[in-house]
Order: sequence, then C-alpha cells, then structure tokens
Amino acid sequence: MTAELLRLDGVSQHYGTGATSVTALAGVDLTVHAGELVAVMGASGSGKSTLLAAAGGLTTPTSGEVIVEGIYLSEAKPADVARLRRRTLGFVFQDFNLIPTLTARENVSLPLELDGWKARKVRTAANDALASVELTDRADHFPDDLSGGQQQRVAIARAVVGPRSLILADEPTGALDSETGDVVLRMLRGRVDSGAGGILVTHDARHAAWADRIVFLRDGRVVDESTVDPIESLLTGADDR
Amino acid sequence: MSVKHSLLAILDQGPAYGYQLKAEFDRRTGSTWPLNVGQTYSTLERLERDGLVIKGETDAEGHQFYEITETGHDAVRGWLGTPVERGRITRDELAIKLALAATLPGVDITAVVQVQRRASLANLQTLTRTKYAGGDADGPEELAWQLVVDNLIFQAEAEVRWLDHVESRLRRFESRAMPVQDAAKLPRRGRPTASADGPTERPAATRGARR
Ligand SMILES: Nc1ncnc2c1ncn2[C@@H]1O[C@H](COP(=O)(O)OP(=O)(O)OP(=O)(O)O)[C@@H](O)[C@H]1O
Ligand SMILES: [Mg+2]
Repeated sequence: MTAELLRLDGVSQHYGTGATSVTALAGVDLTVHAGELVAVMGASGSGKSTLLAAAGGLTTPTSGEVIVEGIYLSEAKPADVARLRRRTLGFVFQDFNLIPTLTARENVSLPLELDGWKARKVRTAANDALASVELTDRADHFPDDLSGGQQQRVAIARAVVGPRSLILADEPTGALDSETGDVVLRMLRGRVDSGAGGILVTHDARHAAWADRIVFLRDGRVVDESTVDPIESLLTGADDR
Repeated sequence: MSVKHSLLAILDQGPAYGYQLKAEFDRRTGSTWPLNVGQTYSTLERLERDGLVIKGETDAEGHQFYEITETGHDAVRGWLGTPVERGRITRDELAIKLALAATLPGVDITAVVQVQRRASLANLQTLTRTKYAGGDADGPEELAWQLVVDNLIFQAEAEVRWLDHVESRLRRFESRAMPVQDAAKLPRRGRPTASADGPTERPAATRGARR
C-alpha cells in the first residue's frame, strides 16, 4: 500500500448563521495516496473549492479533520502548517492568485524562496516548472502582460515547482484551449506517476478522465465515488492468466 | 467510412498495388479499422469498373499496380471538399431511455443519470489512458492514431456533458412526472373524439381554416 498523503475525515463547512447560513460541505471523507490523482466533479456551488481550501489548510473546517502527511491540521502549530504549505502542498487557485508586481518566474520562485532555497537552485527549479507548462518564453513577463491562459499556467508552475508531493488544483484548465489543457494534464499525470498525489477539481470530463478516481459532489456531499479502477482491473485480469 | 475514396486518395499520390494500399490505409488511420486484403481488391475492382482507376504495370514479383484516372482525381478532390454527412436524426438509445425515465413517476432519474455518467467516464478514462500510454506523438503514424483516439475522446466527453446538462435541466423542472394515461380515455384512431368539453378539444387542423 502506498503512503497516504491526505485524508479528510467527516469534513463539514458551514458559512453564516440563521436564515442565510450555507452548508458548503457536509461530512466529506476523502483519501489521496501517493501516486494517485483524484478528480472532483460537481455542479457550480456543490462545494469543490471549499473542499480544496480545507484540504490545503487555507481554511479551517467547521468540523471534521484534515490530515496531511500524517499531520492533523487542527492540532498542528501554525509554523508546521506554514511549512506544509511551503514544501508539501502546491495549490492552484481557481482565480490564479498571482502577485502582480512579480514576474512569472518570480511568482513561481516564491514558495522556494520562502523555504530558504539558494538563488541558483530556485532559478533552475522555476525554469523547469515554467518549461513544464510551455511558458519558458514568458518567464520575465508580469501577470498583467500575460493572457488568461498564460497566467493560469504560471499558477500551475508555482504549484508544482520543486519537490511538491501534494498538488491541489482548482479548475487548472479553465482558461486553456484543449491542446494546452492536455499539456498541463499530461504534466500533472507525470508528477503523480512519479510519486506525488493530487486533487483535480474540474467541470471537464475530458480532464477528469486523467484521474485514477473521480469523486462527485452534490450539495456538499460525496454522492458517488468510483472504487474500482477499470484499467487496473483489466490489467490484473491479464496478469492472472 | 468510405474505403473507396480513401484508397482513391492514396492512389492519387501515385500507382500502388493492393496490399500496399491496405498497408497505407492502416498506417494513416492508426490501424483503428484495419482493412482486409479481400476488401481492398474488391474495392479496386469496383473503382476500375467505374473508370476511376485503370490497371497499370505488373512488377517482377507479380504485383498488379493500379493508376488513378482523371475522373478518379476529380472524385478525390470532390470527396475532400465535401463534408461528411452524418446520418439523419436516429433514435439514440440513451436519449430515449432518459426521456422515458424522466417522465415516468417514481423513477429516480438522478440515479439513472449517475449510473450512465459513471460508465461514460470509465470509457473516457480508458481512452485517455490509451492515449497517454502512447506518449507524445513522435511521428505522423502515431499522430494519425492519436487523432482517431481523440475523436473517440471528444465523443465520450460530449456524452458526459450532455448528461450534466440533463441533470441540471431536471433539477430546475420539478413537475416532470407524467402518469400513464387511462387507455379508455385516449382518442380512437380515425374517429372524432366525443368530448363533453365541446369545441375546445377540436383538432388543431381546423383552427387555421379560412372563415
Ligand atoms: N465565504 C463564503 N461565505 C458564504 N458562502 C460561501 C463562501 N464560500 C463559498 N460559499 C458557498 O458555499 C457553496 C460552495 O461553494 P464552492 O466555492 O465550494 O463551490 P464550487 O463547487 O467550487 O463551485 P464552482 O464550480 O462555481 O467553482 C456555495 O453555495 C457558495 O455560495
Ligand atoms: Mg470553485
């Protein structure tokens, strides 16, 4: 059995009180292992971004536990959570969240710099990450001077830069054409195949199909989760013969 | 798929013999629909009969070469310049099944949609794995194969998108169940309905009549 990178245990998220209260997540259980890409699908407002924010320690759920690499976020010291976010977690925000005063390369370098990497190593890693999303020629541009799809790819490069083991991506292909989307998915798939774990939130079935498992959310609940990998079971069947 | 036009388009590049044509067809379509040699020869015979190709030389190994005619060349140009006509509206089993299920009282249509979505996505996953396993296309033959797989991927995606659409439409349409009507109350064919409601139930056809 491969290492468990992430576990959500009965995670609920309520917003507001009284008549205007919203239940964004209602008791979600979810596990991601190393070498596993899990897609999360569901209608707009079903709780996908809320789930991802909780998984990445960006928000604290109303109830339930989030466990990243064995660390219970609810009990962890802020410094430990901060270190997880710098080293372990790569987060692709639905709205990119780039820093406008930094170039593409500087945006991508940020997590490594915060983690105290040497400048030369940072540059190499940032260049690798930018190359993996085919953006080498835009490294010195500022976000405002990039197209929407290019900005999105900078956000993806920032999430995968360095040795990130858990990649949480919220609609990472929303602004991309189908061919560029495939490049990104192929890259994510490659990272996962070489040992990372990931959650991919997407509306696009063609992109969800890159995942090992697809989880459906409806009104904050997991309504269906594939447990059997169709390919895996085919291959196992072949091995038995 | 037009085997006839495909072979003719290859012959437009220069004379070729039967097995060679089969091999060219296969490698240009990712071997997704491999032709059998017999089919290739019978197609060539028909092309010859219709004046689109003529028999050419026979080489030392006894291969009978075929050459395209001017008419054949025009047919290739015409084929490439004409859209492929999809069949007219056919009864799609899935569309009919979901339409029925949506209007039958007591059927959990959301569950029906989800079962189908799961199956369609599994199909999509299989296709995606197949493509990913092939890696980046490093030659035109690989590219040809990937284009065919992509076609299947986009078709499968369309099905899932349609299912998403069905689900969100149904969510907004609460009162969709139609009880099965009492057969005795249905109008009999060929006879006007004797109805207590009188003129309001007149067949629509009379409405547009000139006064
Ligand atoms: N800060 C907040 N305050 C109040 N309600 C919120 C807040 N954030 C999210 N919600 C509500 O929680 C629900 C889930 O939101 P979420 O952003 O997780 O949806 P989503 O599945 O990511 O949708 P989309 O596909 O549109 O991105 C929604 O009904 C949303 O209005
Ligand atoms: Mg969202």
